[in-house]
Amino acid sequence: MTENATSVTPAKGGLSQRLADIDMAAVAPFIALAALFVLGALVNDNFLSASNLLNVMTRSSFIAIIAVGATFVITAGGLDLSVGSLSALCAGIMILFLNSAAIDSSLLLIMAAMAIAVAVGGLGGLVNGTVTVVGRIEPFIVTLGTMAIFRSVTTYLADGGSIAVKSQQVRALLRPIYTESFIGLPIPVWIIIAVGLIAAFLLHKTAFGRHVTAVGSNEDVARYSGIHVGRVRALTYVIQGVCVAVAVIVYVPRLGAATATTGILWELQAITAVVIGGTALRGGVGRISGSICGAFMLEIVGNIMVLSSLVSEYLIGAVQGTIIVIAMLVQKSLMRRS
Amino acid sequence: MRKILMGVAALALAAAAGTAQAQTKNVTIAVSIPAADHGWTGGVVYHAERAAKLLQASHPGLKIIVKTSPDGASQANALEDLTAQKIDALVTLPHNSDELTDPLRQVKKKGVFVTVVDRALSDPTIQDLYVAGNNPEVGRVAGQYLKDNLKTGDIVVIRGLPIVIDEERQKGFDAGIAGSGIKILDRQFGNWSRDDAFKVMQDYLTKHKKIDAVWCQDDDMAVGVLEAISQAKRTDIKMVIGGAGMKEMIKRVADGDKMIPVNVLYPPAMVATALELTVANFYDKVPVRGKYILDATLITKENAAEYYFPDSPF
Repeated sequence: MTENATSVTPAKGGLSQRLADIDMAAVAPFIALAALFVLGALVNDNFLSASNLLNVMTRSSFIAIIAVGATFVITAGGLDLSVGSLSALCAGIMILFLNSAAIDSSLLLIMAAMAIAVAVGGLGGLVNGTVTVVGRIEPFIVTLGTMAIFRSVTTYLADGGSIAVKSQQVRALLRPIYTESFIGLPIPVWIIIAVGLIAAFLLHKTAFGRHVTAVGSNEDVARYSGIHVGRVRALTYVIQGVCVAVAVIVYVPRLGAATATTGILWELQAITAVVIGGTALRGGVGRISGSICGAFMLEIVGNIMVLSSLVSEYLIGAVQGTIIVIAMLVQKSLMRRS
Repeated sequence: MRKILMGVAALALAAAAGTAQAQTKNVTIAVSIPAADHGWTGGVVYHAERAAKLLQASHPGLKIIVKTSPDGASQANALEDLTAQKIDALVTLPHNSDELTDPLRQVKKKGVFVTVVDRALSDPTIQDLYVAGNNPEVGRVAGQYLKDNLKTGDIVVIRGLPIVIDEERQKGFDAGIAGSGIKILDRQFGNWSRDDAFKVMQDYLTKHKKIDAVWCQDDDMAVGVLEAISQAKRTDIKMVIGGAGMKEMIKRVADGDKMIPVNVLYPPAMVATALELTVANFYDKVPVRGKYILDATLITKENAAEYYFPDSPF
């Protein structure tokens, strides 16, 4: 795993010590996840059943895939608040295209619709990236603006209601993307794995990935080293947009509709997943596997809450918040001890 | 026979409109409602605009301004802007009763006729007319149906959001099933969202090996519930009772879907009722001041056609 670009090689302290450091930081989210598994198993016998864990893993796929994109943006020192709205917009346009039945063959129609979703996501990301870089505006403000724009355009397209896949035939072809399995794992889980592997390769094994990390840890140093800071920054938003589109491709088959509540608060969940996963919010350190693990943890906390009968439904939010903070504390103390 | 009667009524209305034309009366009515943030409010916007168009066509001189606001604070601003345009009446579905009671008091002070829809104000003396659905009844009618038809069994409940409307429906439901052999295994919030209801239902299915029926407070959530059940391939659930009257659900009731045998009406079209009554106050000198509470009608296969609006977004 590529380490923080600013980290200086310790003058003293053996190589083994340094290795232990790296491992602990990367492994910590998974230890917190294991702790949640123990909690879940104590709360309900069915928690550890394969069907429950696969349900939860499948459900976490949207946030996990978006969080992978967010890892790039945050590692480069940026922030994207528009992902939830962009998801709704991508889903809306994808379904509207499916409903237009522009292509006779349903299969080709679906593939074209997916390509359009990716184009919309990529374009949305490009807008965020370009305005941030060229306009030199805080990404917080830019993406807060586009968050409102994407959301209201979706509402406009939906005529104030929801956009649903009309053709039952198309719906039947789409549904398996969410519900079916391949060698024991649901397709959305395979998609998480694929997206995660590609992203990890991109972030840790390529020059572009090293540039992303460098830009996030020190912009000036990166610029003096000859990195096109603006281009790298903008590209991270495009990657985020494409990830949003991939998440939508998994989301649309589930309920076959984009509604006014689609993607609400996904941006916060994605950012939380990234941070739980060990990526620094100030930039410079990115961990793809951690982000995916973080998304899974968020979903598991919700799952444990419903499976337990101990907590009043009014207090679930408070308990969820507490569990997340404790998981973070466990993680930090593990990293410090090593 | 019914059609003929309606035709006669329409003729009478047209005649009334004709006489109104002779002495054209200028009335401006403002409509302030929440923006379409979920299915039901989307329906409110649709029905407000539809009623405004119909009423303006039949009443020359009548002007209706429809304004939607995304949250309580911007609705308070919208109310000020609308009042500044010299309006005779205001029809409003407030985002939040507590937050908007004072802004509406200011509107009332200017001598405007105030009609409040759905959400009651903290101070009821402000409103001239109050039009609403019956939330406790939405719960009670659903509960009663389960009591009469399921008689005994284990059910799960998906609530909306922790606000007054949800609490009233829940209490009504508890009263509805009281005295039956129905046991509520679980109740959780689904935030009136399809996605959240899907998750909660999936977890219910993991947690409980046998569920006889599901009550979720709103049809949007019923969509998520049905999908979770069909994905889990569970056959123990006999029925899902939603509520509000979403067109897709009404259609399923009309088609005789066994999983969705009935629906309980809480119509977004109540905003149209409020507009009609407010207009009647100005043009027809019909006494309308007071409270107008719509029934939570049980929609069955027999009467479903009456409540089906294929063009509505909800």
